[in-house]
Amino acid sequence: MSNTVLSLRGVTKRFGGLVAVNAMDFDVTEHQVMGLIGPNGSGKSTTLNLISGALKVSGGEISLRGTPITALPAEQINRRGIARTFQLVRLLPSMSVLENVVAGAVFGHKRRWGQDARRHAETLLARVGLEGKGHLRVGQLTYIDTKRVELARVLASDPKLLLLDEWLAGLNPSELQIGITLIKSLRDEGRTIILVEHVMDAIRSLCDTCVVMASGTKIAQGTPQQVLSDPDVIRAYLGDDDV
Amino acid sequence: MDILITGLLLGGTYALIAMGLNLQYGVARIMNLANGEMLVAGGFAAFWMYTAGQISPFLTIFLLAPLTFVLNWLIYRIMLQPLVKRAKSRGQLETDSILATFGLSFVMVGLMLSVFGGDYFNYSYLARPIVIVGDTFALNRVAAFLAAVVICGALYLWLNHSRAGLSIRAIAVAPDSARLVGINVTHLAALAFGLGGAVTAVGGALLSTYLTLDASTGVIFTLKALIIVIMGGVGDVRGTIIAALLLGIVETLVASLLDPGLTLAAAYTLFILILLFRPQGLCGKKPT
Amino acid sequence: MTGTDIRNLILSAIALGICALLPLSGSGYWLSIGVTIAMFTVLATSWALFSGPTHYISLATAAFFGVGTYVTGLGFETLPFWSLIGIAGVIGAVLAALVGLATLRLSGVYFVIFTLGLAELVRQVITWFQNKSGQKGLYVLTDISEAGIYWMLLSLATAVFLTGWLIGRSRLGFALRIIGDDETVAVHSGINSALSKVLLFMVPGSVAAMTGAILAPRYVYIEPSLAFAPMLSFQVVIMALLGGAGRLWGPLVGVIPFTLLWESISSNFPQQTTLLLGVAFLIIVYALPRGFVGLLDDLRHRTRARMAEGVA
Ligand SMILES: Nc1ncnc2c1ncn2[C@@H]1O[C@H](COP(=O)(O)OP(=O)(O)OP(=O)(O)O)[C@@H](O)[C@H]1O
Ligand SMILES: [Mg+2]
Repeated sequence: MSNTVLSLRGVTKRFGGLVAVNAMDFDVTEHQVMGLIGPNGSGKSTTLNLISGALKVSGGEISLRGTPITALPAEQINRRGIARTFQLVRLLPSMSVLENVVAGAVFGHKRRWGQDARRHAETLLARVGLEGKGHLRVGQLTYIDTKRVELARVLASDPKLLLLDEWLAGLNPSELQIGITLIKSLRDEGRTIILVEHVMDAIRSLCDTCVVMASGTKIAQGTPQQVLSDPDVIRAYLGDDDV
Repeated sequence: MDILITGLLLGGTYALIAMGLNLQYGVARIMNLANGEMLVAGGFAAFWMYTAGQISPFLTIFLLAPLTFVLNWLIYRIMLQPLVKRAKSRGQLETDSILATFGLSFVMVGLMLSVFGGDYFNYSYLARPIVIVGDTFALNRVAAFLAAVVICGALYLWLNHSRAGLSIRAIAVAPDSARLVGINVTHLAALAFGLGGAVTAVGGALLSTYLTLDASTGVIFTLKALIIVIMGGVGDVRGTIIAALLLGIVETLVASLLDPGLTLAAAYTLFILILLFRPQGLCGKKPT
Repeated sequence: MTGTDIRNLILSAIALGICALLPLSGSGYWLSIGVTIAMFTVLATSWALFSGPTHYISLATAAFFGVGTYVTGLGFETLPFWSLIGIAGVIGAVLAALVGLATLRLSGVYFVIFTLGLAELVRQVITWFQNKSGQKGLYVLTDISEAGIYWMLLSLATAVFLTGWLIGRSRLGFALRIIGDDETVAVHSGINSALSKVLLFMVPGSVAAMTGAILAPRYVYIEPSLAFAPMLSFQVVIMALLGGAGRLWGPLVGVIPFTLLWESISSNFPQQTTLLLGVAFLIIVYALPRGFVGLLDDLRHRTRARMAEGVA
């Protein structure tokens, strides 16, 4: 397939005796939003950490548009066009909102500097709904706004692939609708995204395809409708609830 | 052979001192840069008791241990715990505790200077020769080594078999999970810090039977203890002992074959090699 | 450049001009204090360029400084003095790069420990070489006057401030601010954090070596225990943190009062300087975590808040 953006082949991660990710295989094609779902502790964040280079794989291969990136350090992976958010929002506390976004624009995939970077960051702030808040300190923001800043930061380098780790988690119902609309607008722009999510509504309305993980292993793959009615998937989630 | 045994004898005492630091760093997460001063203070106490009251250093340590335990426990509670509380990140705590313990170390040096002056101090205790496998050694070195072995052994057993010891090790390995299983981390951190300080001071008293110390030599021992802890791996008792013996032997080798003035350079070379090739410590697993 | 930039530049130039007049006052005592202040300004400001944003505490100043004095000590008879300063700068930068490559990939504790022992390490090695060759110390007899040293230090200080100002506006400076805030974010934003830190660490390394080279003639006779005195590293850390390492001019605010205090304590109670150092460290940690600059900032915020209240 010529339009494959990312592919994982046999990707495995061990922490001592624990196999957190076990022989994962999947492809993400261009303009696709892929949901990566599964019960708590099933290895979703670890998979994102492996793709983004925060962790090194114990085995297997990851490639971006056919080029292996498995052994590259995180900053190289980012420069090649993969940008990520964090499950627990990470902002730069000593900087203004605008500077937080500029930080994503200067060193990554597409580089900008000076006025150019500032203007770009301002556009992105408006894009995520933070128009006119660029001068604020990040400590003054509401929870959803911190999430917006982080999203603007990862968008700032024009990545080929976005990794969003539970970006919608912790939002209240009305914020959730805003969040889903925002991510939908990214999808409509034709961005390629891997979305780690627990919120089923969001998965249904946002994802083109889903990979379901349980205990580090892929147990199902397909459209949201398909996987969410798959008995194995239901068992994985219910089993998790029973514990 | 001669060098090897002298090195081992020195390494035994180093092990004790490094164990003290490792308890403090591994459990209380405080890189205590005043560690060497605690050692010198222990040496001072032994010196003073011996010259003033003819009390054997091997008796002094029984008085010294509880005293320095309380002192270090207080230092942790009063000085360091507030830093732990206010720290927003691991890095900030690191910087704060480095600066605070530096401050403490200079204050201690300053106090010792004004009490005892800047002179070297040594005394002659058990300075009799003893023959081991055909070579002669000073009895005080051998006695200090044996005492260090006994204390290290007791510490090892305690850490591996008592409830408090096991909890302390649990904190060193996984502080967050330790909190989850109901271990009182703050309380044990203070305990470990106090214990570590006491062990170091006792090590200082033992060292003073055969080494010449002065008020400002502390920093050298801090450095050596730090190097040993890093070589052996943080929180790793066995690694610490192996690294300490290794350092003792390497230093003795360099001192007798090259120049006694190069011992720290030797320790540093070892340290650089470790940093470059095994930053996780001699026995540590590769970080995943 | 904005209007405030230009205004600040002009004000700094005037201040510099006034400082440069000090040797004309004819007071040997004040000139000698001036040299000390200029020296610590250079050292503490360049120290804070690296340690301010990264929060890595470097105790290697004495090592670089000592290397610089030895460059002058060994070369002043054969080479022109200005070239010695340049050579010292290059050697300092290379040494800093090596230290940085070995330690900056790892945690801050390793870095502190390593730099703490570095001066002692170099000192032991040089002493050993000297013992082997039967030499004791080096005489540095030049015709460079105290005023000459002062002016050279002042030029170096100007260069350091300019460098700091430029770094602050550069991508490297921005990268380091990000690293200082959150290194994980930094690497996931495409920043090579190890390389950035090593590059920046070369600045204080090089500057401290140049300072040592400039000051060597003042000592006349240099030997390892003098050139590599570890106290220097600690003084620099304290002055920089006391002033505030978060701003370019922060260290300067710490250097002047601390130098004066140090001078008076060491001439009146020479035994108590160590104690002073310890107390200063404790004050910084417990009372002035962001230095005088932080205190000023807080005051300014508070008065502004009060004024806002008054209006409302
Ligand atoms: N650095 C680490 N060291 C050791 N074990 C780890 C580490 N990171 C994750 N794990 C373990 O790997 C497993 C997978 O964790 P991961 O964070 O990937 O789960 P997740 O699917 O993202 O869960 P959640 O939905 O709660 O975020 C868990 O058992 C976790 O405890
Ligand atoms: Mg997760």
